[in-house]
Amino acid sequence: MYKYIAKRILLMIPTLIGAAVLVFFLLRIIPGDVCELRLAGTGLYADPAEIELCRENLGLNDHIMVQFADFVIGFFILDLGDSMWTGKPITFELGLRFQLSLQVAFMATFVAVIISIPLGVISAVKQDTWIDYVVRCFSIFGIAIPSFWLGIMIILGLLIITQAWTGVPWMPPIEYVSPFEDLGANLAQLIWPAVATGYRYSAVATRMTRSALLEVLREDYIRTARAKGLLEKLVINRHALKNSLLPVVTIIGIEFAFLMGGLVVTEQVFNLNGLGKLFVESVLNNDYNLTQALVMIVVMVFVVTNFVVDLFYAWLDPRIRYS
Amino acid sequence: MAVVTESIVEGKLEAPSEDKTWGEMAMKMTRKYPLGAFGAVIVVVMIFLAIFANVISPYDPEANAFEFMLTAPDGQFWMGTDQFGRDILTRIIYGSRTALFVGFSCAIIGASVGLVLGVGSAYFGGRFDLFFQRVMDVFMAFPLIIMALAVVSIFGTGTQNVIIAITIPFIPRCARVVRSSALAIREIPYVDAARALGFTHSRIILRHMVPNVMAPFLIMLTAFVGQAILLEASLSYLGLGVQEPTPAWGLMLQGGAEEYAESAPWVAIWPGVAISLAVFGFNLFGDALRDALDPKLRQQ
Repeated sequence: MYKYIAKRILLMIPTLIGAAVLVFFLLRIIPGDVCELRLAGTGLYADPAEIELCRENLGLNDHIMVQFADFVIGFFILDLGDSMWTGKPITFELGLRFQLSLQVAFMATFVAVIISIPLGVISAVKQDTWIDYVVRCFSIFGIAIPSFWLGIMIILGLLIITQAWTGVPWMPPIEYVSPFEDLGANLAQLIWPAVATGYRYSAVATRMTRSALLEVLREDYIRTARAKGLLEKLVINRHALKNSLLPVVTIIGIEFAFLMGGLVVTEQVFNLNGLGKLFVESVLNNDYNLTQALVMIVVMVFVVTNFVVDLFYAWLDPRIRYS
Repeated sequence: MAVVTESIVEGKLEAPSEDKTWGEMAMKMTRKYPLGAFGAVIVVVMIFLAIFANVISPYDPEANAFEFMLTAPDGQFWMGTDQFGRDILTRIIYGSRTALFVGFSCAIIGASVGLVLGVGSAYFGGRFDLFFQRVMDVFMAFPLIIMALAVVSIFGTGTQNVIIAITIPFIPRCARVVRSSALAIREIPYVDAARALGFTHSRIILRHMVPNVMAPFLIMLTAFVGQAILLEASLSYLGLGVQEPTPAWGLMLQGGAEEYAESAPWVAIWPGVAISLAVFGFNLFGDALRDALDPKLRQQ
């Protein structure tokens, strides 16, 4: 087991280095740099000497390999550096948005779990009946609907409904309020993006619950449980569901990791200032440091989640451990 | 016992399947996979609309007509018009061309490259496989939106570059699935036999191994079409994808859907319905295909 863990940790390093190389050189192929954008981006005349000075200050004139070494070493000693666009530390820029992204991710996960597990179970137990078809259509639709469009529809629906009921159209507030200051205002803003992304997310989890449960229901020990006269409810809840939740937990974990940085489009619709928006801004501003830091964080979360999931599997299922 | 006899009877009935016509086979599949058949109908309708767009559509998809700006749906414009006075129904019909073109290009290129790489990786094994898997890991972990932004910043926006941006992350996903199937196939004696006969590596990979991993390949391919349509819509919505005046569903939502959402909701509603239905159709079809092709998941 220790050998397995050590091997898996060692295998994470090349992936991280590969991602570092990819993002570093990809960003530098993009024409223009942050200094040109900052000084001449508005179309005004900018003194070439000033641009040169800015590049010198940001270290953009160093040899490319020196820049790369700085970036990789910085990442390993956990010093992310400063944003090239705002000049503030990257940890500060992240801190501003992290709370919001984390909260939306948690809320969306909550929505997904309460929808998906009951629906997945019903669908599997009633396999090939009309209930199963309805649930499957509902979940496939969740994957098919673009969550940004669902977001637009939610806002539109709110406007129309509030207009009809109270006469005054109401929209979710745009200004972010911490849940510790005013929980009501916070939820009024964030519940909608959580529902829009949670539906999509639940669709993936419902399908996973259904297929995992169907597989478990064919196992011999389920037949044994039924043969000894156990109530069908107990067979499903105690014997089958527990053993089928593993892949569901996996998919929830992976989707959660994705939600942290992947809500670019949904944030756009709801005008949220989260990590996804920061991501797009940093690339558009040619803010190398910030983009690199964000990409490395996302890749790191992805790699670590996969590692934990594999470890979890190996721990629960000895057949994987020894193969 | 009842189950066994039933399946035997079914087996007898299915035996002379060569004599069946296409229609009969379609009927059988419809009975077995009603949802899949429904998905297939949506896909066929969409392909039909895309091919005959210029015959079916009532108006020109790109010509502005400001005198009809933001007209509500009526007898003349069934889905209303957008802020340039263009008929939304027409643009949705033409938009299916863009969606299908991007969807199929990304799926076919991504899945095919992934197929060859996945089988090759399993066939050669050893260090090559280990190295190759790490490269695939990097591309799987790399955020799609950054890839898309980088492709767009380097090559510019446009349909072709959207296809590049979407195809890149598809390759490792397909390669990984295909590789795990190919690993099992490599152990089957006929591969050794082919090697012993002195066939070249490329011949063994392409002629002997690739045909045997067609099931996971086709499953990935159909899943990719729906995903690609959805990703293209998202990228176009962000302004990183297909550009005006080309009719594309995601772009129609970007154009002014939010600004006019309250006064002209039809601008925001119809393109989203089109995207959802198209992806829904491909996913239903893909699910049925997976059930039919994957013996492990085949319903008993």
